[in-house]
Amino acid sequence: MNKSVFFGALTVAGVLAGASAAATLDDVKARGKLNCGVTTGLVGFAAPNANGEWEGFDVAVCRAVAAAVLGDPKAVEFVPTTGKTRFTALASGEIDFLARNTTWTFSRDVDLKFDFIGVNYYDGQGFMVPKSLGVSSAKDLDGATVCIQTGTTTELNLADFFRSNNISYEPVPIETNAEGQQQYLAGACDTYTTDASGLASTRATFENPGDHVILPEIISKEPLGPLVRHGDNDWGDVTRWVLYALIAAEELGVTSANVEEMSMNTTNPEVARLLGSEGTLGEMLGLDAGWAKNAIASQGNYGEIFAKNIGEETPIGLARGLNAQWTDGGLMYAPPFR
Amino acid sequence: MSDTHAQTVTYVRDTMLPQAAPPSTAQGPVKWLRESLFSSIPYTILTIAALYVIYVLLSGFLPWLLGGVWTTSNIRECREVLDGAAGGCFSVLAERWNQLLFGISYPQDGYWRPTLAFVLLFVAVAPVLFSNLPRQLLIVTALYPFIAFWLIWGGSLLVPVSALLSIVIGYVVYGKLVKTSFAAGLAGGVIAAAVVWFVLSMMTPSLSGVLALEEVASRNMGGFMLNMILGVVCVSLSLPLGILLALGRQSSLPIIKMICVVFIEFIRGVPLITLLFVANVVLAYFLPPGTSFDLILRVIIMITMFASAYIAEVIRGGLAALPRGQYEGAESLGLDYAQSMRLIILPQALKISIPGIVNVAVGLFKDTTLVSIISMFDLVGMIRGPILASTDWNGVYWELWGFAALLFFIVCYGISQYSQWLERQLQTDHH
Repeated sequence: MNKSVFFGALTVAGVLAGASAAATLDDVKARGKLNCGVTTGLVGFAAPNANGEWEGFDVAVCRAVAAAVLGDPKAVEFVPTTGKTRFTALASGEIDFLARNTTWTFSRDVDLKFDFIGVNYYDGQGFMVPKSLGVSSAKDLDGATVCIQTGTTTELNLADFFRSNNISYEPVPIETNAEGQQQYLAGACDTYTTDASGLASTRATFENPGDHVILPEIISKEPLGPLVRHGDNDWGDVTRWVLYALIAAEELGVTSANVEEMSMNTTNPEVARLLGSEGTLGEMLGLDAGWAKNAIASQGNYGEIFAKNIGEETPIGLARGLNAQWTDGGLMYAPPFR
Repeated sequence: MSDTHAQTVTYVRDTMLPQAAPPSTAQGPVKWLRESLFSSIPYTILTIAALYVIYVLLSGFLPWLLGGVWTTSNIRECREVLDGAAGGCFSVLAERWNQLLFGISYPQDGYWRPTLAFVLLFVAVAPVLFSNLPRQLLIVTALYPFIAFWLIWGGSLLVPVSALLSIVIGYVVYGKLVKTSFAAGLAGGVIAAAVVWFVLSMMTPSLSGVLALEEVASRNMGGFMLNMILGVVCVSLSLPLGILLALGRQSSLPIIKMICVVFIEFIRGVPLITLLFVANVVLAYFLPPGTSFDLILRVIIMITMFASAYIAEVIRGGLAALPRGQYEGAESLGLDYAQSMRLIILPQALKISIPGIVNVAVGLFKDTTLVSIISMFDLVGMIRGPILASTDWNGVYWELWGFAALLFFIVCYGISQYSQWLERQLQTDHH
C-alpha cells in the first residue's frame, strides 16, 4: 500500500510538474518575479554585495531576462544553489532559469532533460605555476606535482592530457578551491589546475599575483551557459534570444548608454528590429516590443557585462580570449535578428 | 631554687613571641611558583619550554590582532595599508557584520526585531533554567514562541495570536474531557484547536494590516540568526519528543515500542546531511510545484527528528540507570503509570541524563551549520558563499573563520557552564 501511495504521489507530482512546465512564461508574468538559480557564490560570476544585492556575470543574465520579460531588472528572486542542488531546483520548478556557470555536456542536455539556451562564457581547464619555476608550457610539467580537485571532470581531463603527451605527474588531491589556494601557496604542489577563469580569480586574491603565471594551454572545453527545463520551448526561446540580444548588441554597437538614441534614429535595420522600433520580434516571443531594449538598457551589452564583472579592469582581470565577438576572432556569434 | 635562674640569665621573656610571617620563599606567589612550576629539574624544563611556546604563539597572534585594519573597503586596500606588516584584515567584519549576523536579505531597518527576540529569549528561558525565579515568569516562556515568531517573520500580530488562542481553547477542552478519559481529552483538544485555528485563519487575511511588521520570507533568514533559530527551536522541540520516544521504547505495548525502536534506529543510522538533502531536494519532487512548504520548516523537522532520536537514547540510559526498586516503589504507592513517571522516575532519570542531553544540544547547535551545504546562508554558508566569493573579500580566511568560531564558542561554552552549575545544584548524594 505504501508503495502505491508513493508511486501515486510521484505520478501526481510528475503530471503537475509537466502541466506547470508548459507555461513558464505565463507563470513568471503572473508572479511578477523571475526565480533565478545562481551559485551560492563565485567570484565575479555571482555574489551579493554589502547591501545584499546580487552582482556578477551570471546575475546580469538573470536580470536581463527579468528586464525583457517583466520590464524590471530588479524583479528577480535569486535562489542560491550548490553544485548538488542546482538540477533538482530547476527540475522541480523551484526556479525558472538556472544561470550558474554550468558546463554544457551531452548527458546534462539529453539525459537530465534540460535545454541549454546558449553559452555565455567559454571556459577551459588551465594550469597556474609560480614564475620562479621557469615553465612556459604545460608540456614542460613532466614529473610535476599537481593540486587537483577530486571527483571533478578536471581530474579526468588532467589524466588524459598527461597521458596523451606521454609525461608523468604526481596528483595532490584537494577538496575545495580554497584548499587548493592554500596548498599551492604553501608549495605543496608545483602547479594548480582548474578552470582558467577560476585560476584567474584565485590568482587575483594572492598578495603578489605577478609572481604566478597561467600557462597558455587550455586542455578541456567548458562551455558555461544558462539552462531551462526541457519541454517548454516558448520559455526556452525567450531566454535564448535575450542572451543573443546581449551578444548581438555588442556586435551592432548598441550599449546601455546609446540604446535609447539608437532605438529612435538608427539607419541599421537589424538594430531597429532588435530594439523593437521596426518589426514584431517581441510579439513573436510573447513580449512587448521593447524587450531587448529593456535588457540592454539595464545591464548593457555582452561586452559591457563582461568588462564590468570579470574583465581586465576588474581585480579578476580575464581577457576576452574565446569570449570575444566572432568578428574579433572569438566564439561569440549571435544568429541574425530577422 | 628560684634564684638559680636569675643568676644565670639576666632577662627572661615572660610573653609569647607574636607569630612571624612565613619566610618569603614559603608563601604567596613565590611558593606557588616553586611548588607548581619549578619543583624539580624536569618540571623546570617543561615550564620554560611551555613559556617559550606561549611566547611564540602570542608574539605571532597579538600583533595580528592588535595591528589589524578595520576601515578599508576591500582586501587589496587592506594589503596596501598593512604594507607587509603583520595584521588582520578586520575590515571585512566591519563591513559585513550585518550579513554575518542576519543574512543577506533581512531588511536592514528591521535588525532590531531579531535582536529584541534574542534578548527576550533570555527572559523566556530564565525561569526554565533557574528554578529559584518566580514561577509566574513561565507565562513569558509560554508566550515567547509567538512573540518571537511575530518579531522575526513579521506580518500581522493576529496570526500568532490566533495560533495562541486555538492552543489555549484546545487545552481548555482537553482539561474538560480528560477527566472522562485521556484519549477523549487529547482528541477533543486537538480537534477544538484545529477548528478554532481554521476559523480564525479564514478571518485573519482580511485583517492582515493590523499591528503588522514588514513580512520577511524564510528564504531571507540567514547568518548567525539562522543558526540560533534552528538551534533553539530544534533543541526545545526535541527534548519532549526525546522523552516520549525513550518512554515509548521502554513501553510494554508492542506496537508503540516497535514504532519507537524503528524510528530511533533509522534516524540514528542515517547521517544528518542525508536527512537535510531529503528535506531540500527529494521533497521538492513529491510536493506539487508552487506549494511553498517552507524550507526552514522542513529543515527544522529533520533536525528535530535527528536530535530527538539521540536525546531518546540518552534518556533511556538515564532510565536504565535507575534501580528497579524505584519503579516498584512507585507501583507500591498505588501511582498509575503517568504519575509514577512524572513524580518518581523521570525527575531522577533526567537528572542523570543532563550531561548527555547537554552534549547532544551542543552538538546539535554546531550541526546547524550543515545547512550551508543545502545552500542556506547560515553563518558558515554566508562565509563560504557570498563573502568569500565577493571580489572585495576573496582571500580573507582567518578573520572570518575566527569570528565564526568565536560566536559558536561563546554559545557552546555558555551552555556547558550552565549544565555544570545545574549538576552541582541537583547533587543530592552526599557520599
